[in-house]
Amino acid sequence: MTAHPSITTLDSAAASFTGKRFVIPASDPLRLDSGVELGPVTVAYQTYGTLNAEKSNGILVCHALTGDHFVADRHPVTGKPGWWEAIVGPGKLLDTDRYFIVCANVLGGCMGTTGPKDLDPATGQPYGLAFPVITIGDMVKAQARLIDHLGIDKLFCVIGGSMGGMQVLEWCSAYPERVFAAVPVATSYRHSAQNIAFHEVGRQAIMADPQWNGGAYQAAGTQPQRGLAVARMAAHITYLSETALHRKFGRKLQDRAQLSYGFDADFQVESYLRHQGSTFVDRFDANSYLYITRAMDYFDLQAEHGGSLAAAFEGTKTRFCVVSFTSDWLFPTSESRALVHALNAAAANVSFVEIVSDKGHDAFLLDEPEFHAVLGGFLNGAAEHRGLKFK
Amino acid sequence: MTGPLPLAAQGRPRASIRVDLQAIAEMIEPGSRVLDIGCGDGALLDYLAHEKNVDARGIEISQAGVNACVAQGLSVVQGDADTDLKDYPTRGFDYAILSQTLQATWDPKAVLEHLVRISRRAIVSFPNFGVWHVRLRLLFGGKMPVTGTLTSAWYETPNIHLCTLDDFVDLCRALDVTIEQAMVLDSVGRPKGLQAPGRLANLLGEQGLFVLTRGG
Repeated sequence: MTAHPSITTLDSAAASFTGKRFVIPASDPLRLDSGVELGPVTVAYQTYGTLNAEKSNGILVCHALTGDHFVADRHPVTGKPGWWEAIVGPGKLLDTDRYFIVCANVLGGCMGTTGPKDLDPATGQPYGLAFPVITIGDMVKAQARLIDHLGIDKLFCVIGGSMGGMQVLEWCSAYPERVFAAVPVATSYRHSAQNIAFHEVGRQAIMADPQWNGGAYQAAGTQPQRGLAVARMAAHITYLSETALHRKFGRKLQDRAQLSYGFDADFQVESYLRHQGSTFVDRFDANSYLYITRAMDYFDLQAEHGGSLAAAFEGTKTRFCVVSFTSDWLFPTSESRALVHALNAAAANVSFVEIVSDKGHDAFLLDEPEFHAVLGGFLNGAAEHRGLKFK
Repeated sequence: MTGPLPLAAQGRPRASIRVDLQAIAEMIEPGSRVLDIGCGDGALLDYLAHEKNVDARGIEISQAGVNACVAQGLSVVQGDADTDLKDYPTRGFDYAILSQTLQATWDPKAVLEHLVRISRRAIVSFPNFGVWHVRLRLLFGGKMPVTGTLTSAWYETPNIHLCTLDDFVDLCRALDVTIEQAMVLDSVGRPKGLQAPGRLANLLGEQGLFVLTRGG
């Protein structure tokens, strides 16, 4: 089987995508949590708006597992609108007329930042599984180097949902003096056993695909498309809710009047999931999926601080706004509540809202007016405290 | 809401607040750290943050109330006085305010102990079940009193632990809590010039307002 043409596109085109690049040099490499030193590392990022003279209006947006830095740009592979265009743009909540918005593709990603599909300078071959295992902390270290490079000492806000929210919490714990306000959305301070379990299903699906070739599929000229698609299908279920799935599809049949008595996609929900899987492989690298899911699994701020989550935020001056959604069973409200209790114990300035929504985990990406009203109020209040003046 | 409010709109003068909240606000020193437990729509927090430059935080049990507060830029979490005060560090606040909420908690004694632990001064207000007309209603009407302050029938009231001012004073004594200041308020929350605590205050006050501390 030859390589899928669009995957070849992703391989060769990631370097030429629009957006900005910053290189962490080999002479001053990233020191990863595993002990490995990694460099050079390219960080692909995008910015919107203008940094003010005081450099006090910077907002870092952290993307989720399969997201990228094209927050408010047309996606270079799929052609779809940016993943958070609902709230990022001129006059929107993250108002690019007021704020300087930065978003970077995470370390280990496949949209321009150095990841397993890039060439290992030591061998001249794609890293594949020679890429070091990375953590949420490592992703944030790479972002911090970028923020240094942009000349920003203290970010006005760090915001993100899901894995992006993990990065927000990591920022607040690792660089408390650099974050004025933080908005962790639909996230947790640690990945639960259930979430690790779902990730393991996805990874096993990829690794069980013969086209994966022990991770060296680029050299072999193959792509584990089936495995990656199944991983995406399983994961996609966890991003929705039973109510949302039932409302959207029920038991409706796909392009047929009766059951086929076979294993074709009889049901609309099957067809939908197959579509989600097959389009995902056009824009995502299978090894990146392994590495990034692993980073989420390893995340546990509580364990990193001797079993006390409050210790992760001791003495923090950051203003927090923690947001969860009622139907999110991947990162349920109970996780956010535990985080809020720890922040209270650290005497942190914290707001916590649970938004009523039946759209599941993905609600944070969708049009949720109450979430947006709360976020707008929080940002305005924080801007006032930060002394930001807008025209 | 389609976008952020212009900052100019945030500098608007604060609307006047309820009279009993005004009495509480006057006790708060500017620039202090305040936790308002049961902050409702955030009126007191908003007033303190903007008029007294207070680091104002709130806890509110209703999610709708919390969302409304946060949408105004206030720091409020969804939580319950009965279960969530234990998380807060000792002396984390200059003031902990519990306004018209103590009588609705499951365990007022534990709540009171947490209040004086987490703050230097606890400010507590509650309806006085010993006020003369409540006594008369029970004595002559023979039914649970429904008044301007106690507005619900017995089967739907959130007030499960009503007490008189004297009952409250007894509890403070039992818990070794010092009453630094006490006043009684009339039915709309205006302070009444009565010696409090005391027998006359317990008979004539619609509400009690106490400032409490515990040494150590």
